[in-house]
Amino acid sequence: MDMNRNEYIKYSKRHSKKSPVIADCAKAFFVGGFLCACAEALSMLFLSLGIDGNTAKSLVPITFIFLAGLLTGIGIFDDIARFAGAGTLVPITGFANSIVASAIDDKSEGFILGVGAKMFTVAGPVIVYGTLSSVIYGVIYWLAGVIF
Amino acid sequence: MSIIKLSHAPSIISGASVVGKKEYDGPLGTDFDIHDNDSTFGMDTWEKSESEMQRLAVNTSLAKAKLSPSDIEVIFAGDLMNQCTGSAYGALGFAKPYFGIYGACSTFAEGLAIASMMLGAGYYKKCAVVTSSHFCSAERQFRFPIEYGGQRPPTSQRTVTGAGAVILSLDGAGPFICDVMPGIPIDMGISDANNMGAAMAPAAINTFKRYFDETNTSPSDYDLILTGDLGMEGHSILCEIMGTKGYDMSKNYNDCGLMIYNCKTQDVHSGGSGCGCSATVFSSLILKKLLRHELNNVLFAATGALMSPDSIKQGMSIPGIAHLIHIKNERI
Repeated sequence: MDMNRNEYIKYSKRHSKKSPVIADCAKAFFVGGFLCACAEALSMLFLSLGIDGNTAKSLVPITFIFLAGLLTGIGIFDDIARFAGAGTLVPITGFANSIVASAIDDKSEGFILGVGAKMFTVAGPVIVYGTLSSVIYGVIYWLAGVIF
Repeated sequence: MSIIKLSHAPSIISGASVVGKKEYDGPLGTDFDIHDNDSTFGMDTWEKSESEMQRLAVNTSLAKAKLSPSDIEVIFAGDLMNQCTGSAYGALGFAKPYFGIYGACSTFAEGLAIASMMLGAGYYKKCAVVTSSHFCSAERQFRFPIEYGGQRPPTSQRTVTGAGAVILSLDGAGPFICDVMPGIPIDMGISDANNMGAAMAPAAINTFKRYFDETNTSPSDYDLILTGDLGMEGHSILCEIMGTKGYDMSKNYNDCGLMIYNCKTQDVHSGGSGCGCSATVFSSLILKKLLRHELNNVLFAATGALMSPDSIKQGMSIPGIAHLIHIKNERI
């Protein structure tokens, strides 16, 4: 090779097909937006059934988690996600899918060392850093209350 | 000289390929011997399915050569799984000496190279070479859970579900493995596991250039030049860089990763990969063409990306390797 490493990395980037970012963003925007609209409709449905506001707010994500888990279990979710990208990954559907998909996969290593140990391989960082962020946010919120 | 010329060139007397559904639905579907529509091959884990594919591939290639397992003296086998377990369990039933080998996706060529040297040196007379990969076992080990809903970049490749086996013998009628050139690991700094074609292409370029220089031949001297799984990116990089060095690869060069799937319709992005990729394509279409004398002089260089999930997470770049096998229908 007549190129050094840096030159080759740049050269190979020029050769690499790029992701269709605009199309991917558009798909994510519309699918994500559609899911949000569905969530709003679900919330209104629960309220119309006489369920109180706080319970309805909990029932919406529970329903989404259930549906994402079900669609993962019957092998459809990954096909939808391949099209939707961040549209299904960012909402709670993506979180549910990552846990259910891991659980299905790791069943072959048993319920303790497989499902139990590896179920949060993908979702683990989201839980860890989500919790850490919420603690930091809570401290800032508390300090803001003390100061102002 | 880094070419090993085999004065007792072993013959490839038979070969067999076993694939999953997606591979069967591809352009070479009817060339494969066995396929399974759910890719489980009757097993309850993907890892067992991979071993079963190896067992079926070896048995079928033995049957094609009208041999029984007792006729072979040794098995060279490899796969992508940790500790080569796919191969170890696959070879278990044959009760024959076994060498487990690993060269990532280059393993089939590595196996052919080591086996032909062993036969050429007179240590064995007949042996089997088999390698495999399974989309699901590879996904589990190297990427995400199978049902995980994510998108892949266009440079990513799909691991082939398949196993390819050949039987090598010192007393066959050809095609013959005349010489081999072991590959040198080359790391040009690519650290993106979704762009393995770019990581492996420099190794293939290095191997081909060394081979052409040492043999004083050019690409036009061969009926076919074949790489293992460079995919679209690696294929175009190889053609371009070899072209700038004065080697025109545009006429008779192809890549198994581009042949096994229809990249436009099968949603495989940049093509196929895995050590089942070159193994199945070679032991089906290419071997058939060699046996029918439609091809008589072939250079086969399977390419491997020598990385692990941990090396990628640690930010290490990916070394590539390409082992080359020269196959002719007449003894040199």
